[in-house]
Amino acid sequence: MSDLEAAVAAGVLGADEAHRSLLQATVEVARAIFGAKAASVFLLDEVADELVFEAVAGEGAGELVGMRFPSGTGIAGWVLTTAEPLVVDDLSADTRFSRGAAESTGYVPKSIMAVPLLVEERALGVLEVLDRPPESRLKLAEVDLLGLFANQAAIALDLLQKARRAREALAGEGRLAPLARIARRLEEEERGAALELLQALEKLLR
Amino acid sequence: MSVVPHESHSEEEELPAWSLPAEAVDRIRVPVALPDQVTREWAWGGSTGAGVRVCILDSGVELGHPLVGAIARSVAVLRREDGELEVVEDEEGDLCGHGTACAGIVRSLAPECELASVRVLGAGYTGGGETMLAGLRWAIEQGFQVVNMSLSTTRTKYVERLHELADRAYFRRVLLVASAHNMPVESFPWRFASVISVGSHEEPDPFTFFYNPSPPVEFFARGLDLDVAWLGGSTLRCTGNSFATPHVAGICALVLGKHPELTPFQLKSVLYQTATNAGGER
Repeated sequence: MSDLEAAVAAGVLGADEAHRSLLQATVEVARAIFGAKAASVFLLDEVADELVFEAVAGEGAGELVGMRFPSGTGIAGWVLTTAEPLVVDDLSADTRFSRGAAESTGYVPKSIMAVPLLVEERALGVLEVLDRPPESRLKLAEVDLLGLFANQAAIALDLLQKARRAREALAGEGRLAPLARIARRLEEEERGAALELLQALEKLLR
Repeated sequence: MSVVPHESHSEEEELPAWSLPAEAVDRIRVPVALPDQVTREWAWGGSTGAGVRVCILDSGVELGHPLVGAIARSVAVLRREDGELEVVEDEEGDLCGHGTACAGIVRSLAPECELASVRVLGAGYTGGGETMLAGLRWAIEQGFQVVNMSLSTTRTKYVERLHELADRAYFRRVLLVASAHNMPVESFPWRFASVISVGSHEEPDPFTFFYNPSPPVEFFARGLDLDVAWLGGSTLRCTGNSFATPHVAGICALVLGKHPELTPFQLKSVLYQTATNAGGER
């Protein structure tokens, strides 16, 4: 592995893990603060037009990460579309709540607080908190608090996405993959002429 | 109070210049003078909202919902095959419930207002900015007195056109009542001064509303734990500024039912003077 590859791997792969931990920590804290049964973060996969479970705390933790749904599905889909939070307390009557999708996750909640993960102008995904204690009356301050968590989760999700894109660009058929391959060849043996050419290219791009 | 018949304002009206010659002063006589003390009794006492046309710009409205009642007209903004947006009669009603909830709240406050629906949101819908603009433009052209917008866009590329439409509505006496975003983010049109922006308070009374002297959110209305109209004739317990906004839209419909000549500027003053924290519950 070349220095460049090693550097990129350390930066990008390490970042991936760190951002995933940050996301996980966010849903753990959200669940604890609200005294909820579960909390989860969904990422929008724009290419597939699907929502993907990225982090889950409580019910479903460990099983749901990686599971996908069409992006228009359920409360998360609605929140993504409108880029507005939504708090619903009696889900039995809500058609936006996709019962089929919930049942396939093995857990059907009674109440949901869902908030979009906004970075600049875009909704990257959704943070959901499921089943707060039924006896606690909702306060608007809780919705505000959820918004603060959403900001944190959105930053982690944004970094995670960027790291993944960088890794894809440098690997295999990625757009920047030739750069990684060239770097490897340069280190294999003395390539004085090639290094000079690289320096000339750098000058040209300056 | 003096009331004279109001000549409808037209954008095409020819003006000599943007100034007021002495002989024209009589022409702009103000048809209504607010009393020294604006009370709720003066503002909407005895009004049912009858004669006021209210538009719900949202996800559509379910026809025949017992909490919504009659819908005078339902249209939808759809994208044609050639990519152009068009306004067509809506055959689908509400695809998710949000618009039905807003319509039900307006109806509960102003039982005899005329309700119309413009569907600009739908199930799994994406790319809503252009659709929202087209729907709003249509609503302004139709001359609805009140347009409830429990939605906003975070996309800055729409801001200029949205701003222009909001101002056009303001000058044409189309009152836009718009939800503040539920998170501390920039979104539009609620941030514009030409609309009435609404956030939530925690009180259970639908007529309790507060004026906020620290904008951009100018009013707070009931938005916590409401049983709202939902699909299939049902109700659902929801929270959010989306549901506070139609409370103010409903109150505006009541005021306009009694004082149809009020401009958006005057109506905002009336709202301020009748707000709970401005001693309005006299």
